[in-house]
Amino acid sequence: MESLPEPFTGWLTRRGWRLRAHQAALLAHARAGRSALLVAPTGAGKTLAGFLPSLAELAAAPRKGLHTLYISPLKALAVDVHRNVETPIAEMKLEIRAETRTGDTPSAKRVRQRKSPPHILMTTPESLALMLSYPDAGDFFARLSCIVVDEVHALAGTKRGDLLSLGLARLAALAPEARRVGLSATVADPPGLAKWLAAGQSAPPAIVEGERGADPDIAIVVPAARIPWSGHIALHALPEIYLAIRNAKSAIVFVNTRAQAELCFRELWKLNEDNLEIALHHGSLAPEQRRKVEAAMAAGKLRAVVATSSLDLGIDWGDVDLVIQIGAPKGAARLIQRTGRANHRLDSASKALLVPGNRFEMLECRAAIDAVMAREIDALASPPGGRDVLAQHLLGTACCAPFDADAMYVEVRACVPYESLSRAEFDAVLDFVATGGYALKAYERYRRLRQTTEGRWTVATPLAVRQYRMNVGTIVEEPMLHVAFRRGKRLGSIEEYFVMGLEPGDTFTFAGQTLRYEGMRETTVEVTRATGDDAKVPIYAGGRMPFTSEVALRVRGLLEDVSGWDRFPADVREWLRLQRRRSEMPRREGLLVETFPHHGRWFLVAYCFAGRNAHQTLGMLLTKRMMRAGQRPIGFVASDYSIAVWSVKPAERMAELFDEDMLGDDLEAWLADSAMIKRCFRNVAVIAGLIERRHPGQEKTGRQVTFSSDLIYDVLRKHQPDHMLLQAARADAAAGLVDVSRLAAMLKRARGKITHRRLTRVSPLAVPVLLEVGRESVYGAQVDDLLADAAAAEALIAEATAEDDDDRQASLL
Amino acid sequence: MHARITLEDTALFADPAGALFWPARKTLVVADLHLEKGSAFAAKGVPLPPWDTRATLMRLQSLVRKYTPERVVCLGDSFHDKRAGERIAPADSEFLARLVAAQAWVWIVGNHDPEIPSGIGGDVAAEIVEDALALRHEPADPAGLRWGEIVGHFHPKAAVSTAAGRVTAPCFLLDGRRMVMPAFGAYAGGLDVLDPAISRLFGRVRVRALLLGRDRLHLFPGHKLEPVVGGNRSLK
Repeated sequence: MESLPEPFTGWLTRRGWRLRAHQAALLAHARAGRSALLVAPTGAGKTLAGFLPSLAELAAAPRKGLHTLYISPLKALAVDVHRNVETPIAEMKLEIRAETRTGDTPSAKRVRQRKSPPHILMTTPESLALMLSYPDAGDFFARLSCIVVDEVHALAGTKRGDLLSLGLARLAALAPEARRVGLSATVADPPGLAKWLAAGQSAPPAIVEGERGADPDIAIVVPAARIPWSGHIALHALPEIYLAIRNAKSAIVFVNTRAQAELCFRELWKLNEDNLEIALHHGSLAPEQRRKVEAAMAAGKLRAVVATSSLDLGIDWGDVDLVIQIGAPKGAARLIQRTGRANHRLDSASKALLVPGNRFEMLECRAAIDAVMAREIDALASPPGGRDVLAQHLLGTACCAPFDADAMYVEVRACVPYESLSRAEFDAVLDFVATGGYALKAYERYRRLRQTTEGRWTVATPLAVRQYRMNVGTIVEEPMLHVAFRRGKRLGSIEEYFVMGLEPGDTFTFAGQTLRYEGMRETTVEVTRATGDDAKVPIYAGGRMPFTSEVALRVRGLLEDVSGWDRFPADVREWLRLQRRRSEMPRREGLLVETFPHHGRWFLVAYCFAGRNAHQTLGMLLTKRMMRAGQRPIGFVASDYSIAVWSVKPAERMAELFDEDMLGDDLEAWLADSAMIKRCFRNVAVIAGLIERRHPGQEKTGRQVTFSSDLIYDVLRKHQPDHMLLQAARADAAAGLVDVSRLAAMLKRARGKITHRRLTRVSPLAVPVLLEVGRESVYGAQVDDLLADAAAAEALIAEATAEDDDDRQASLL
Repeated sequence: MHARITLEDTALFADPAGALFWPARKTLVVADLHLEKGSAFAAKGVPLPPWDTRATLMRLQSLVRKYTPERVVCLGDSFHDKRAGERIAPADSEFLARLVAAQAWVWIVGNHDPEIPSGIGGDVAAEIVEDALALRHEPADPAGLRWGEIVGHFHPKAAVSTAAGRVTAPCFLLDGRRMVMPAFGAYAGGLDVLDPAISRLFGRVRVRALLLGRDRLHLFPGHKLEPVVGGNRSLK
């Protein structure tokens, strides 16, 4: 086994550590100059494994210049890792300078870092992109020996991952000798991830598997109370949750959305007779407040923190010995990740409790645990790279130095997300960056890129450089508004559309307190403290991810296998038995559809198990068909498990209704006009640099005419429907909110295998989704109809008339 | 379908496209075309799609075909800036000239276009006063308001509550004397009618908003209008 020189061996011994096998393997690969991907569970000492070879190299042969670049998906993680690396550097008195550089780094420090680079620099994909855009990037990275990418699994398959992948390919050109180290949680396909990490390098990194950790100890809470039919917040099990917190040293209570976090936090404090230190942490809270909670947690001062995925990634939170997951974890990988937050050590089992919010979630939690125990991990999504991200990258690259289009195309294709990008597609992106890419060649004189006499592409104006630096990055936030007390403290920020639903005087829960909405002052939501329990809870967009296909298949299996039902609590068993008696069980294969009359309407409930996003798309398409068939659909509602459509007349002929050809023209027509595509368009337009990012706090004050990206979308769609940005927006919608591929796969599987049960009343399995009716907004209502209804309610319909209809017409005013 | 309204006893048709037809004078009125706003952004390094001028003119052309007016009045800010005439594509410029030449045409000047590009045709005026109505870009001082008044300038949009949440749309805003027209330009954008810049023009009692639907108008009394926070579902 590879060994370490002094002072490292002494240091390890003093700490009571030994060199683990995977750490030694990474050392060996580093000494041979080979890249490596380490796949290991949390607690395996991954970070140290990644840095040890660099520290050893620098200790043995001190030198100037940037040696190791560390890239993390989170600013906070970069800071945390910096702290962790400083410890061995200090304790071994190594002459190594390690620094962070993120969006929070003051500009004076950034300038100094460019002049005199540290040996080790911790950064994020966005900051890397910025550094690559400086004209001196070549010198800055010339001596780079090693690139460490942390949490690779969390980056690959996302737009931030696309940006990083392109950045890695750029680094391969600037510093071809630099080896790469990827650090990843357990994934389904390590070779695929290794190939992703190789971007621009000829051979994929060697794969090093970490030691198998102890199996986690995950239990499902079976509450004294009955398990609800619907809902996700598990208020019925709060006494059990509170007890578990009391018996633990320190616990993280994970919930799936920020709204749930607020509610859970409030309700836990009502039970908190022992005044346990329970805190709240989610992405909408003001950064100062989050930092305070994180510091208290790390110092071991908290008994519990209620958190969203804001605490998911690898930061070390001290002595957490219990993870409680409220609501279904939605996937095996996510469950492992969250469970790993407890007991950051490999050799003992992490302890976790799952608290299903309803009966279906009881099945889903069981399925997720089964998957974890079987070490079956959900596959990572790998959509093709965003062309909006490529546009940003090309502009950034031109900011650094003129580039050759042919060479750049080859470089881009070396990135896994762009491996099937055609030359025509690449040229369309380049054309967009240069002139907007419009068929009407109106903007030649305003071009952002021009060609040098040798035909290389360079930025045409300093303006383009400034715009690039202002807009770098792929995270486009929902428009957010600050929340603050009148003339007082800022509490955090909140999605704009939530505020749209508030009237002055309404109360809501935010940052763990009940607040009264007083009004808007510029971009700030002004609130006062309120009392009372009937607060509306913020309904945040974040965190509602659909459950994975792997878990979905297991849930189907649990429903089908009657013999396994004794693993469930009595009320769940009874629910399933009743379903078998009244209707039948959905199976692993095929599709069960029920129709029944209910409250004077006809209902269709289909158990598709394709996830909420795919179901919402399906709902749009089904209602369209039913409308054509004269069945007069009224509305639909979707959950992760099933979809319900209600109509005046019963739905018939299921094989036709669920035929795959619905994914043709109907989908096109609906999508082109949907709010989803417009949202996707806004995001790609911002990322690609067509419209400028709104910087919080930079909004103009006072009166302003707002000019929405919808206007641009409408004009572009009409005049150049094949424009690169529209294609990019469609691709994003299909892969994300509309989830076409999962819907297509479901319809294909169901073909010829649809069971239609005509029932006389609602079936037990249909109850949960029907209870969602009214809680979920009904998609697809025509805006004109909504307005007309609202106006009619005022008994003031502007009954418009034709010219020849004068006697019916009364003057409106 | 248009809606018939009266202003100082003058009958007018409000069209869901955001235009006004004055039958007695056979006059079509539109406000705030902001032609060449796209290229103005492009000149500042933001290459918005260049078809806003064409899109606006095509919508205007279809209104001209629908109402066959004897006169078209543009209520100011027809051109986004003074250099719009230099940037406009030759094809769009010809399109516009043909449109202008087909009947009488009056450019009322606005703050964005104190001068109208030459060579396009049409008459230029500071305002038009006919019957009991004044047509101008910005409102007159209320103290001096002797006629009914139709103005542009503000790009009014309004939000109302519906069954599926708040909906925002451009609108006509009016009481019995004064009307603020919605902006007609493809890239014109909008300003909340509750903004003091607009709301101070109206008393609280009689003010009404006619929201533009796809093919209909929707009338709401002033007290039903809610703040536009932005990012709302919108039609335009």
